[in-house]
Amino acid sequence: MTEFIQLVLAGTANGCIYGLLALALVLIYRSTHIINFGQGEMAMFSTYICWSFLNAGMGYWVAVPLTLILAFAAGIAVQRILIRPVQNAPELTIVIVTLGLYLFFNSLALWIYSGVPKPFPLPTGIRQASWQVGDIFIIPYHLFIFAVLITLMAVLYVLFQRTKLGLGLRAAAAQPASSRLVGINVNWMLALGWGIAAAAGALAGILSAPVVQLEPNFMATILIFSFASATLGGFDSPPGAVVGGIAIGNIVALGGRYIEFIGTQLDIVLALVVIVAVLLIRPAGLFGRQVVQRV
Amino acid sequence: MSAILEAVNLRAAYGDRPVLFGIDLRVPERGIVALLGANGAGKTTTLRALLAEVRTWGDVRYQGESIAGKSTQDLVRMGMVMVPEGRGTFTDFTVEENLLLGAYSRRDKDGIRRDIERMYGYFPVLGQRRKQRAGSMSGGEQQMLAIARALMSRPKLLLLDEPSLGLAPLIVQEIFGILTTINREEGVSMLLVEQDAVRALKVATYAYLLETGRVALEGTADQLAASDDVRRAYLGY
Ligand SMILES: Nc1ncnc2c1ncn2[C@@H]1O[C@H](COP(=O)(O)OP(=O)(O)OP(=O)(O)O)[C@@H](O)[C@H]1O
Ligand SMILES: [Mg+2]
Repeated sequence: MTEFIQLVLAGTANGCIYGLLALALVLIYRSTHIINFGQGEMAMFSTYICWSFLNAGMGYWVAVPLTLILAFAAGIAVQRILIRPVQNAPELTIVIVTLGLYLFFNSLALWIYSGVPKPFPLPTGIRQASWQVGDIFIIPYHLFIFAVLITLMAVLYVLFQRTKLGLGLRAAAAQPASSRLVGINVNWMLALGWGIAAAAGALAGILSAPVVQLEPNFMATILIFSFASATLGGFDSPPGAVVGGIAIGNIVALGGRYIEFIGTQLDIVLALVVIVAVLLIRPAGLFGRQVVQRV
Repeated sequence: MSAILEAVNLRAAYGDRPVLFGIDLRVPERGIVALLGANGAGKTTTLRALLAEVRTWGDVRYQGESIAGKSTQDLVRMGMVMVPEGRGTFTDFTVEENLLLGAYSRRDKDGIRRDIERMYGYFPVLGQRRKQRAGSMSGGEQQMLAIARALMSRPKLLLLDEPSLGLAPLIVQEIFGILTTINREEGVSMLLVEQDAVRALKVATYAYLLETGRVALEGTADQLAASDDVRRAYLGY
């Protein structure tokens, strides 16, 4: 039982990170019906930028917000410069552009930072040593990740549900043509969506960097788990993405331990099994809206 | 009377397929003008061209100023607002959110709140359903919502695209009653696209008849109602 709880704690912490990146995927998918295959690499590159700031002596609590702002701006720039021109092009074209993003940021990171892993510190004020409660060890950083996720969810909830900008963001995503007719600048809303997604992705990268090692491919596996999370939660549901992420984190942690042949080497297989299962049983995911086709 | 909208030699195309071939059109200040024509004549395209939603050429003046190069969004802010064909309901949003979206170009919070209540006065059914998902309402209710949503932006000129389409006669009567009230009491000018020519010519003062992207006939509503051409082709008697 102790081991089970221990696994759930670790799985949930990892799941929060998958959920964050899944949230980024969902925010973009919902508004533009594009799956941004470059999302993980944009997050990876943002994490390197943050590492550079830290390496130059900047404090954690300055470097991280600054990185998030830059990632936000970069997300907007990517949308306006690369995505907007192909927005109405066939899907394959858009997929290729986002794969191009993947390759671009991956090579750029390799070129600037080399493939040698970089150590990434824990946030200042979060201690390394774990607390012991009975037989269970609680890692402070895991709680930190969880708290960051909850805070971000609350902020996004208020933004989307309680502000005029949020109403515009949701409307532009759901019905661009009608939104134009009420005077919403739809192109800007889509760009802002990319900015928010890029910032959420960057946060996922920054949060996972102290746990795994920072190297140019470190987000690749996380991106696969995030796809599984978004598929499970529903590609059009931001809360679904986060719940899906936490579920996938736990499925991977528990599956790796209790299903004998999986171990830690085959955990990607678990993600793929989830993706296939969801697509077969409930294609819209747990929280997604089932699209009812009129015939 | 001075014109709120004046279009000269208005042309429009979808891609490289021309659809409007030079339309001259005038909507007087506080007037209601009807735009009639068979299916595919170019009525919807005319409205979309005025709002810069399609590729457009020609000289369009709104409140005396050329609007060349203005975006849809600019024009909405300037008070030229469309009630689109198919109603443009934000289906997954509540009735009240739809009204708030209609007011997206405004900043006066208190005024917006007051106008929402005013819309519930015009359309009590919307008030009863304010928290309902707009997509789950009936066609007539959605048409009322579409008109209310457009009014929320405080328009000076409403471009109405077939507000009677698919509605029961009683509902159509109610909607037209409200439109004339709004025109009379608030001075909102209207360009009204309609298939139901009889009804359109009753509320309009002036009318145009479109045929394959050209004005085939124009005149006062009475003149058009009396015209044999209009009668034979569009009124069916
Ligand atoms: N999005 C579009 N792309 C290409 N052609 C279009 C498009 N919309 C309309 N057309 C064409 O333009 C012409 C005029 O269409 P429009 O919708 O303006 O007619 P309408 O008078 O509003 O007809 P209806 O009474 O059926 O609504 C038609 O021949 C139509 O096929
Ligand atoms: Mg039409």
